[in-house]
Amino acid sequence: MTDFLNDWGLILITFLPLAGALVMLAVPKESEETQKTIALVASGAAFALGVAFLINFDYDSAGVLQYVVDNEWIPIINSRFILGIDGISLPLLALTVLIVPLVIIYSWNHIPSPGNPKAFLALILLLETGMVGTFVAQDLILFFVFFEIVLLPMFFIIGVWGGPDRKYASIKFFLFTLFGSALMIVSFLALYFMSAEQTFDMRILQELGGLDIARTTQILIFGGMFLGFGIKVPMFPFHTWLPDAHTQAPTQGSVILAAVLLKLGTYGFVRIALPLLPEGAQWWAPIIAVLAVIGIIYGALACLAQTDMKRLIAFSSVAHMGFVMLAVATLTDFGINAAVFGMVAHGLITGMLFFVAGSIKERYHTLEISRLGGLLISAPKLGWILGLSAMASLGLPGLAGFWGEFPAILSAYEPAPMLSEPLFRTLMVIAALGTVLAAGYLLWMYQRTAMGTPPEEFADDPEITDVNTAEWISWTPMLLLIVVLGFFPSLIFNMTNPAATAIAAAATGG
Amino acid sequence: MLATLTQAAADSFQSPSIDWHAFAPELVLIATIVILVLVDAIKLERARPLMPAIAGIGLLVTIIPLATLAAEGGTRSLFEGSYVVDSMSLVLKALFIVSAYIVVLLSTNYVAEGDYWESEYYTLLIASVLGMTVMASSRDLVGIFVALELLSIPAYMLAAWRKGDPKSNEAGMKYYLMGVFASAILLYGFSLTYGIGGSTRLTEIGRSIQEWGSDGVPVITLALLFTIIGFAFKVSAVPFHMWAPDTYEGAPTPVTAYLAVASKAAGFVALIQVVYYSFIVRPDIIEPVFWVLSVASMTVGNLIALRQTNVVRMLAYSGIAQAGFMLAPFAVVASDPSASLSALVTYLIIYAAMNLGAFACVIAISRKTRSAEMDSFGGLFTYMPGLTAALTLFLASLMGIPPLGGWFAKFGVFAVLVSAETGLGWSLAIIMAINTVIAAYYYLRVARSMWFDDVPEGVDAVPVRTPTGITVSIAVTMGLTVLFGVLPAAVTNLTDFSSAAFGG
Repeated sequence: MTDFLNDWGLILITFLPLAGALVMLAVPKESEETQKTIALVASGAAFALGVAFLINFDYDSAGVLQYVVDNEWIPIINSRFILGIDGISLPLLALTVLIVPLVIIYSWNHIPSPGNPKAFLALILLLETGMVGTFVAQDLILFFVFFEIVLLPMFFIIGVWGGPDRKYASIKFFLFTLFGSALMIVSFLALYFMSAEQTFDMRILQELGGLDIARTTQILIFGGMFLGFGIKVPMFPFHTWLPDAHTQAPTQGSVILAAVLLKLGTYGFVRIALPLLPEGAQWWAPIIAVLAVIGIIYGALACLAQTDMKRLIAFSSVAHMGFVMLAVATLTDFGINAAVFGMVAHGLITGMLFFVAGSIKERYHTLEISRLGGLLISAPKLGWILGLSAMASLGLPGLAGFWGEFPAILSAYEPAPMLSEPLFRTLMVIAALGTVLAAGYLLWMYQRTAMGTPPEEFADDPEITDVNTAEWISWTPMLLLIVVLGFFPSLIFNMTNPAATAIAAAATGG
Repeated sequence: MLATLTQAAADSFQSPSIDWHAFAPELVLIATIVILVLVDAIKLERARPLMPAIAGIGLLVTIIPLATLAAEGGTRSLFEGSYVVDSMSLVLKALFIVSAYIVVLLSTNYVAEGDYWESEYYTLLIASVLGMTVMASSRDLVGIFVALELLSIPAYMLAAWRKGDPKSNEAGMKYYLMGVFASAILLYGFSLTYGIGGSTRLTEIGRSIQEWGSDGVPVITLALLFTIIGFAFKVSAVPFHMWAPDTYEGAPTPVTAYLAVASKAAGFVALIQVVYYSFIVRPDIIEPVFWVLSVASMTVGNLIALRQTNVVRMLAYSGIAQAGFMLAPFAVVASDPSASLSALVTYLIIYAAMNLGAFACVIAISRKTRSAEMDSFGGLFTYMPGLTAALTLFLASLMGIPPLGGWFAKFGVFAVLVSAETGLGWSLAIIMAINTVIAAYYYLRVARSMWFDDVPEGVDAVPVRTPTGITVSIAVTMGLTVLFGVLPAAVTNLTDFSSAAFGG
């Protein structure tokens, strides 16, 4: 088992979904059940491998890469096909392979208009290959390739199966991200040619730690990466694609976008930008922190102004990713731990919120908060699930959201030594205010949609039914994890801590 | 008296020893042309269905001597270095021949169904390819000029092949007038170059230019500038691009594919010859010129492409922008000649695969929509999903989305620009990054109308059969596009010119 995982595990978990998508292309369009089964089997197999990794992973040495695959790829530019996971990649990898099968199960009877499950599910599988690959790639060029693979499937998922403004939203999503990644690749190349050892191998580059690159150059290169990753996160002021994309995307698209795609950006900061360019990171950290906190407050205020439930959740993502980025910007092991936990927690919770929003939309055909109401009476189970997710999202202790938010705020109390303490403490206080606002908008949203009596237009609507089987199957694992991680956060912190310590050490040049 | 004179001439004239093996690919092409003409002359109308087959087989047979030459390796230099067969010229010849073969596949149904002249079409096409293969080996001003005319003149006629359509006549006429204008400028540049260099051989010229040092800068600048401008017309670089969109739109679409891929590549090959084997000694003059051409082409081409509503016209402008990307390595040519040359040739090869694929899809789709207007592509995804996916894939590759070939082509150019660590290189890399994003918008617009829009009114959503030739060419180009993206080593192994010697 261990040998098999060592040699083939990461390759299979990355490319099984792609293989599934190719098989689906060969099956005729009419046999929809077969299509769905293939998709589920492919993503289920990836999930099984993910579980095997979780079981076999050597948690004592979570700080070093495990299951490394290292093959020749593009010799002319010394780019190699290197895969590997450590304590930072593993939780995100597990999150990805968990969410995708759940989304496919949810799709069983929720294929959005205009139908065509074959294309829809094949694109989701292609997306999974891109996302998994990004989390396991340990070569900058390989990372870039996977990072880009996710663009097209998501573009089509939003554009074909999305809401009324889907064309605008999809192209905006695409162009924003592409702009970032075009500058990112220039940065990668600059890093390659500037560093003493011309290589894209992240392991070697992290060891070098940018020692041989002048400070101003590092700052410039970091700037390119900052745009690439920052747009993906998205950080204020590059966030404007997110609300449009989220609102217009079909439920499945929103869930994957929130749960995994946004993490590609934050993961990029933690995995690449910080350890490879320490001096650049130290120069940019205060700027990132300030923008992160602006994102927290701005996102929360924007939430209060929303009338559409999905848009509200989308803006809450901007705020939550602000917490993650604030934690990253402290450049401490504590902060990076908090950031990774925050990514996982946000993935589960916001993914869940989008699932619920999608199901509400399907029943009510609207997400106008002012038109909804009385969900707890019309569909009590759905109402409680929404309640639990909202509570988790506002950071209620005992649920996963708390451990994403609270340590992030706390980490700003004591940033890395070279960073300005007063600045970060001020930011900490402002960020803490953000949690109050978060409680405000989430409770306000919950109150207006779930409580009270159902409005007249929906009072006797036969379409408004409670949670169905496919929904239960796809939601239960997420709900359970939200609670379990709330009580046992060490499940994740144990994984991330050794790796976070290593990255923080690299980023602060120690 | 006369007898002694001829005797003296015969004594002093030594017939050059000709390496027939090195000429074998060209000889096969010439034989193909002869066969095409003879079969047409003998069988008259009954020859029509045979023509594409003969042309195709002739091109495929040409690959055999190319393979044997490649297997033997080494550099074969003929006529005191005027005609060189080395690894680079072999790769480029193979590129031209495979591209031409795909164009033949694309043309078969188009030309037959359109009731156009067939025998002449293929004869001219092969003649033009012959010019390209000669170009790939010419290291001499005269050779380059002859090759350029040989490849251009048949193309002028091919562009006007749809005789009944005024647009096609316009296409041919514009292409012809601009082409001869460019040739005139080029000849002027050549004459100045010859004046400075004292020889027609590129390496000699390079050596002489180097000897001039800082003297004679104005005349050297003029010579280099006119030569480069002459070729800039051929590769449709801004501001010498005006002919391209009208010609592309009016010409028969397979010919457009040929012009956009093979003919453009031939222009670049000519540039490679003069720049890498001669002008490289004066980077201070040529690098800024290419920087301006490159930036202007990619930016202007992209911005105008944004406004196009016709897919073929859009591809024409996108081709101008792509030419800008291909000109970029010239702007850092002196830093690492072999690296920038391999980036450029890699780009040419990948561009040929993906652009021919895109044109093949457009030809196949136009058989149904009867137009290349973007609106008519609406809702194609619902009734012709295979072609939609294929065209989307080629467009994504042109955009530079990994893991499709286009990303590596762009990446290679980025790499040489950044590695030069010069101001020109850095600024060009950033401008190129921004242009990549602009380009994505118009490629996506085509994808958008195919995937997102509804079927336009009055169109029955019934797919039409795609002829085998087109299916095969789509399959081949798609296979190559994906292969080059996933395993770039497949192409970089061919384009490794690190052992080549450049300059004077």
